[in-house]
Amino acid sequence: MLYFSRWKATAILLTTFIVCAFAIPNFFPEKTVQSWPKWAQRHLVLGLDLQGGSHILLEVDTNAVRKEKLETLRDDVRRVVRDNRLGSPAAVTIRGSSVEFRVREGVDPQLALTKLRELSQPLGGLLSATGQRTVDVVDGGNGLFRLTPTEPSIVERIRQAVEQSVQIVEKRVNELGTVEPSIQRQGVDRVLVQVPGLQDPSRLKELLGKTAKLTFRLVDLTTPIDQALQGNVPPDSELLKSTKAENNQPYVIEKRVVVSGEDLTDAQPGFDQRNGEPIVSFKFNNNGARRFAQVTQENVGKPFAIVLDNEVISAPVIREPILGGSGQISGNFTVQAANDLAILLRAGALPAPLQIIEERTVGPGLGQDSIEKGKMSSYVGAAMVIIFMFLTYGLFGLFANIAVAINVAMIFGVLSLLNATLTLPGIAGIVLTVGIAVDSNVLIYERIREEVRGGRSPIMAIDAGFARALATILDSNITTFIAAAVLFFIGTGPVRGFAVTLGIGIVTTVFTAYTLTRLIVAMWVRWWRPKTVPI
Amino acid sequence: MRLLRIVPDDTKFDFMRFRRISFPMSALLSILAIFLYFFHGLNFGIDFVGGTLIEVQSKSGPADLAKMREAVSGLGLGEVQLQQFGAPTDVLLRVAQQPGGEGAQQAAVAKIRGALGDAVEYRRVEVVGPRVSTELLALGTMGLMAAILGILVYLWFRFEWQFALGAMVANVHDIVLTIGFMSVTQIDFDLTSIAALLTILGYSLNDTVVIYDRIRENLRRYKRLSMPDLLNSSVNSTLSRSIITHVTVTLALLALLLFGGHAIHSFTATMMFGVVLVGTYTSVFIAAPILIYLGVGTGREQHKDKDEG
Repeated sequence: MLYFSRWKATAILLTTFIVCAFAIPNFFPEKTVQSWPKWAQRHLVLGLDLQGGSHILLEVDTNAVRKEKLETLRDDVRRVVRDNRLGSPAAVTIRGSSVEFRVREGVDPQLALTKLRELSQPLGGLLSATGQRTVDVVDGGNGLFRLTPTEPSIVERIRQAVEQSVQIVEKRVNELGTVEPSIQRQGVDRVLVQVPGLQDPSRLKELLGKTAKLTFRLVDLTTPIDQALQGNVPPDSELLKSTKAENNQPYVIEKRVVVSGEDLTDAQPGFDQRNGEPIVSFKFNNNGARRFAQVTQENVGKPFAIVLDNEVISAPVIREPILGGSGQISGNFTVQAANDLAILLRAGALPAPLQIIEERTVGPGLGQDSIEKGKMSSYVGAAMVIIFMFLTYGLFGLFANIAVAINVAMIFGVLSLLNATLTLPGIAGIVLTVGIAVDSNVLIYERIREEVRGGRSPIMAIDAGFARALATILDSNITTFIAAAVLFFIGTGPVRGFAVTLGIGIVTTVFTAYTLTRLIVAMWVRWWRPKTVPI
Repeated sequence: MRLLRIVPDDTKFDFMRFRRISFPMSALLSILAIFLYFFHGLNFGIDFVGGTLIEVQSKSGPADLAKMREAVSGLGLGEVQLQQFGAPTDVLLRVAQQPGGEGAQQAAVAKIRGALGDAVEYRRVEVVGPRVSTELLALGTMGLMAAILGILVYLWFRFEWQFALGAMVANVHDIVLTIGFMSVTQIDFDLTSIAALLTILGYSLNDTVVIYDRIRENLRRYKRLSMPDLLNSSVNSTLSRSIITHVTVTLALLALLLFGGHAIHSFTATMMFGVVLVGTYTSVFIAAPILIYLGVGTGREQHKDKDEG
C-alpha cells in the first residue's frame, strides 16, 4: 500500500493542485477576476443569508388561468352561435368547468354539433400526433351541448402562462437595476425570484404583485353613477373604482376594450409640461394607434378611462382626436409610482395573477455579521482540531493536519468549480467536515497503533493500518453521504448549502485523508527509513 | 515529544454487562421522548406551521421591548411574540400564520413595518405561507424516512441483515431521543433541525459502522470467543478511535456553538446533543449489544473444528 509509482504520485498531486487552484479566484476582487480568461472565472457565490437579499417564491394563480380559458371558450361559442344563427348568444353560459348551450328550436342539432366541433383543434397544432384535442364537445340530447376544455389543453395553457410569467417577471426585476438577480421556474406553477443585495423588497413585491392588465375604454355615460352604485349596471358595462391617489372614485366603464396594453410599444416616466406633475408617456403600435385615433375622433368631448387591473387610473375627457399614436397618462402619481407604472407597462401584463407564497429577506447588516461569525467559528474550530491532532499523534498528526488544510482548500475548489452557493449552514458544514475529516486519519492511525502493538515492523504496521481502515472509512462516509444527498433534494436555500458542503466534504475527505495522507506517509517512509513509528 | 493518550492501550471494559442497564434506560427515555413529543410538543418554526419571523435591530441603543410590544399588539394580528435575540439591540418578532391565505401573510408584514417604522433596521424578514409550510413539513418527514431507508438498504448490502436492523434500531433511538431533547428545550424546530437530525443520523451511523466493521472482522478471526466477549473486545479496540473522533467533532461543534451566532444556534445545539451525547452512547451501549439478541454469531459452534483462534 505504501508503494506509489511515479506517475500515480504525480497524478495524485496534480489532482490536488488543480482542484485547489480553482479556489484561487475567490481571493481576488471581482474586478480583477473579470479580466481573466473565462474558464478561470468560476468562483463560489455567497448565499442570500450571507450577502443579504430577497428570496421570493411566487405562484401562478392556475385557477385564474382555468377561468380565463373557460371564458374564452364561452366567447368563442357565442361567436359561432351568432355567426351560424344557432340561437341566442346570451343562452351560452358557464356551468362548472364547462360551457353549456341549448340550440334554438328548429335548428338541426347535427349542424350545431358540426359547427361547434370546429372549435376543437388538435392539441399541439395540426402536425401533432397525440390525437388529443383542445375541447370536448358533448351532445347532451334535446339540443343541449356541453363544451369542456380538455385537461391536456389546460395543462398546456398553464405551462405557457408560467413560462410567460417568468419572462415578464424577469423584465420587471431587471428594471430594478440590481446586481445579478436570478429568476427561475420552479415546479409546475412557481417562479423563484432571488435578488441579492436588496434591502427593502417592498417595491419589488409591489411590482410583482400587479398583473398590469392595461385597457383604454370608454366611460358609460348612459348610466348615472347613483343608479350603478345601487347595483343597476348594464350588462355591457361595469362599475370600477379609481386608485387611492384619485380618492377611490366610482365610474361606470364600458366592458368593450378600445386598446389594450398589448398594443403599447413603449412607456416612459416623465413630467407634464404644463403643471410639472409626474406622468407616464406611451406609444402605440400601428394597430393600436389606428383604433385609438378612430375612437377618439368619434368621441370628442366624452371621457375615456385608463384602467389598470380593474382600477381606474384616470378618466380624462377627450379634447381632440389623438392621431399620433402616443399619449400620456396622469393620475396624481408620485415620481416612484410613475416610474413603476412605466416599468409595468414596458414589461407587459402577466397572463395570470402571481401570489407570494414564501419570502425570506436578509438585510446586509445581518449578512455581514453572519460572515464574520462564520469566519470566526471556522478559525477557532480548525485551530482547536489541529492542535488536538498534533498533541495526539505528533508527526502523523501534522500529516493529518496538512491533509485537512488541503481538504478545505479542495472543498472551496469544488464549490467554485460548480459555482455553488455558500451559506451560513454551509460554513457550518465545512467546520464539521474539518472535525469529521480527521476521523478517517484517526481510524488509520489507531489501526497502525494496534498493528505496532501486535508486533509488526513499522512499514508493515503502516501498510496494514491503511489497508484495513479503508473499508471502514468508505462505509462510514457513504452512510453520511446518503444523508447529505437526501438533504440536498429536500432542502432549499441555506439548508441546501449545508448539504452541498457536507457532501463535497465527504468526497474530498476520503481523497485527502486516505489517498493523500498515504502518499505523504509513503514519501516520509522513503526519505527517513524510520525504525519505529512515532505514533 | 510525549503524545497525548486519552485512552490507555488495551482497555478491557465489560461494556456488554451494561446492556442490562442501558437497554431498559434507553427504552424508558425513548418512551419519555415520545410522550414529550405528543404532550409537550415541539416548538415548530415558521417553516412548518407558516407565519412571519422578523428580526429587527434598534438603531438607538438597547431595544425597548415593552414599547415595541405595545406598538404591534393593536394591529389585530393575534399574538405577536417578541424576544430578545443575541445582542440587547436585537429583537425577534414572531407572528402566527394569519387566516385568509397567502396574501394575508404579506399584509401582516406590511402592518408591522408600519408600526415599527424607521426606528429599527430590518435584519431579516421571513414569511412562509400556508402552502409552502405544509409542503416543507411533508418534505422534511419524507426526507428523514428516505434517509433512514437508504442507509438501511446500504447496510443490508454491506453487512448481514442483523447488522442493518441493529443499526436501524440505534438510528431510530437517536432520532427519538433528539426529538425529546428538542421538546424539553423547546428549541426552534425548522428546516435546519431536519438538517441536524439527518446529520446526526449520518454521524451516529458512522460510529456504529466503525464498530460493526470490527465486529465483523473479529467474527471471522476469532471463532471460539463467546459473543459478549467478542463484542467487548471489538468495542474496546475501537474505543480510542471513538473517543478521539468525538473530541475533534466536539471541538468543531463547540466553536460553532460559541462563535457561530444565533442563526445556527439551535442547529449546533441539537447536533451537539445528538452527535456527542446520544450517538456515541448508542453505538457502544445499544448498537453493539443488540447484536446478541438479533442472533449474530449463532451457529458458530458448528464451525468449531475449523477454528484458528
